[in-house]
Amino acid sequence: MSTADAVAAVLWVGATFYAVFGGADFGAGFWSLIAGGGERGRRARELIDWVIGPVWEANHVWLIFVLVVLWTGFPEAFGSIFSTMFIPLSLAALGIVLRGSGFAFHKTARRFAGRQLAERLFGLSSLLTPFFMGTVIGAIASGRVPVGNAAGDPVTSWLNGLSLLVGALFVVTSAYVSAVFLVSDARRAEAADLERYFTLRALAAAVVAGAFAVAGLVVLHSDARYVYDRLTAEGLPLVILSGLCGLGVLLLLLRRGTRGIRPLAVGAVVAVIWGWGVAQFPYLLPERLTIADGAGASATMTGVLIVFGVAVLLVLPAIALLFTLAQRSMIEETERPQPHGTIGS
Amino acid sequence: MLDTAIPFATDLGAARSQMAFTLGFHIILASLGVAFPAMMLIANYRGLRRNDADAMLLSRRWSKVVAVTFAVGAVTGTVLSFEFGLLWPEFTGRFGDVFGLLFAIEGIFFFLEAIFVAIYIFGWKRLSPWAHFWTGVPIAITGLGGAFSVVAVNSWMNQPQGYTLSNGEVTDVDPLKVIFNPAVPYEVPHMILAAYLVTGFLVASVYAVGMLRGRRDRYHRLGLLIPLTVAAIATPIQFAVGDTAARAIADDQPIKFAGMECVQETSTHVTEYIFGRCTSDGVKGGIGIPGFDSFLVGWSTDTEVTGLDSVPPEDRPPANTLLHWAFDMMVGICTLLIGLGLWLGFVWWRKRDIPQTKWFLRATALSGVAAIVALECGWIVTEVGRQPWVVYNVMRTKDAVTGASGVWVTFSIVLVLYTVLGAATVVTLRVMARRWRRVEVEDDTDVPYGPSPGAPPAALSEGPG
Repeated sequence: MSTADAVAAVLWVGATFYAVFGGADFGAGFWSLIAGGGERGRRARELIDWVIGPVWEANHVWLIFVLVVLWTGFPEAFGSIFSTMFIPLSLAALGIVLRGSGFAFHKTARRFAGRQLAERLFGLSSLLTPFFMGTVIGAIASGRVPVGNAAGDPVTSWLNGLSLLVGALFVVTSAYVSAVFLVSDARRAEAADLERYFTLRALAAAVVAGAFAVAGLVVLHSDARYVYDRLTAEGLPLVILSGLCGLGVLLLLLRRGTRGIRPLAVGAVVAVIWGWGVAQFPYLLPERLTIADGAGASATMTGVLIVFGVAVLLVLPAIALLFTLAQRSMIEETERPQPHGTIGS
Repeated sequence: MLDTAIPFATDLGAARSQMAFTLGFHIILASLGVAFPAMMLIANYRGLRRNDADAMLLSRRWSKVVAVTFAVGAVTGTVLSFEFGLLWPEFTGRFGDVFGLLFAIEGIFFFLEAIFVAIYIFGWKRLSPWAHFWTGVPIAITGLGGAFSVVAVNSWMNQPQGYTLSNGEVTDVDPLKVIFNPAVPYEVPHMILAAYLVTGFLVASVYAVGMLRGRRDRYHRLGLLIPLTVAAIATPIQFAVGDTAARAIADDQPIKFAGMECVQETSTHVTEYIFGRCTSDGVKGGIGIPGFDSFLVGWSTDTEVTGLDSVPPEDRPPANTLLHWAFDMMVGICTLLIGLGLWLGFVWWRKRDIPQTKWFLRATALSGVAAIVALECGWIVTEVGRQPWVVYNVMRTKDAVTGASGVWVTFSIVLVLYTVLGAATVVTLRVMARRWRRVEVEDDTDVPYGPSPGAPPAALSEGPG
């Protein structure tokens, strides 16, 4: 494996984390949006708020990670993708702004009319961002992003059957991962009603996501032959693994078991992402730019690997700490520190 | 004046406007992100050490403000990383592997910062007080690291080195030379100090307004004193660092310096103009001090200062008057703020208390906005002054811009969106403040990370299906 391949692998690791954790967040926004008003909706949203509160910010840093590794390790690919994909990426960024602001303000706004607006924004933008990112991935996989500054078609490159399907797949997959996570979280919160609520939704999302994935394969066959051929050869074990994980989740959900569904659901997503990676190899932009040709200067590539190593040593323990504290409910409700008196102002 | 600097009609103009606007917005939040946690920790430390309930309350409330500004800053920062590709694909496409490593390093700092911000904000209740304090310390440290990394990229754009170009392709990169480029020693401390200065005066100004409205309790005095002390210490240092930076720029980027000071012709005994209008026949209006510009550059009026005429017109920065005014405003405001710090220091020395006069409070109330104006002016000086280059003397901004059309559409959307975002941030903070004043019992449900009043109740009589 060359240094450039290793950096590509690092990129894929970042994308995987973003897809799983960022995806779960987007999915939570989706469920928050369709939960509806009334008591049921309120309770579902309460669980969602409680769960994503502490981890929201950290989850989205993965996106920055992916962008930075892409432009540092493969600057030419970055420039080509961002200029041809100007429209969908601008819309994805718009979604990120709306989502972040909706999230930042909906708590404070709870006592004035803005709260509902903030929640809507949060929910709608949770659809916007993964959808348009999906169209970008569809465009890349089908070879519609040529090398160069805005060299591809600004519209048809992402406004086509495959891209739209991948966009929809991203939304559905996010909803699926999120619902599975929320089932476990509902159990942690000892809210049996919400556990049933999200079990049902996880089942529905799993079926829909599976259907979209199969449809995706069909469209890939006609529209992205390079990726399809390799996905059904070198990538086949991963595709099968993903399918098995998905089936496992379905079975567990039907039997109302929660042990093991999180890893299985994550496994289903991770296997697809790495299957796609295997299918694209050795290309960054299929049949247009290889990893080797697109790689940046060699000292930089080594530098990226070193920085990644440092990140693993520093960031992973910190994330582990955050998630552990969150799971043990050590960081949640705030209250004034115990040992000291209190004075109003 | 602005429209010659930023021609809206072209995609280049729209791209520059969008970048300038989003960066100018983010730089305020980034400054708060760098320096506010430090002040929150000072209050927290004081609260724990001296059992000071007022300080403790301040730190708790400041941590909530940090939560809001950090969340908004994370959003505007993400937008910037998109813009590297959306607006400047040729710049990032060619030099991404040169400066990118710095952003990768920044990524680690930001990641750690986000994690510890979350732990600190949510840790008030269950973590032990000192353990909780220590989970806040990494926030302040990573803020400094992140600022170093990002500003080092900007320094590199001003003083590019550490790579070789052959046929337009970057071939050899020496990461250490990139990271420690010659502009780092003055740009990085200048920006970090600016962050502390802006945050200090801004936070102090909030409490000054409160005191002017009659809320003169110990809580408000402490809320004014802590940030204002930090800012008062940072300001004179900033003046010295800025002065060093200006002299270094006269050496490293003489045309930028000539633009800042409206020096048309290379000569000695150059007059220093305070304000005035820059024209090709020299400065009209303004206050001139003969020979002083030469003196500032080299401690002697015989020092030769390079003029704009030493390069062809297409290599000169645009909007000279804007540049010159921005520079003078920055220096002027910094000088006034030093005066405010001295005022505080003097009265503290005599009376062991902050000055209670209306005029001191009024000045402090204005200092926050003034510091932000100075910050933006400094940003204009370094960015407009570098034009027409995106990478100084290597790549022109017009060669870096995207080939995609429709940037003016995204710029228009960004203008509206950020206006709303800025307004919402201010409104949110004001709502929080009002609630704090009204409610005696702390209400903890208004942080963006949103701890709900706990997990939803265990069961409902009629659960959904």
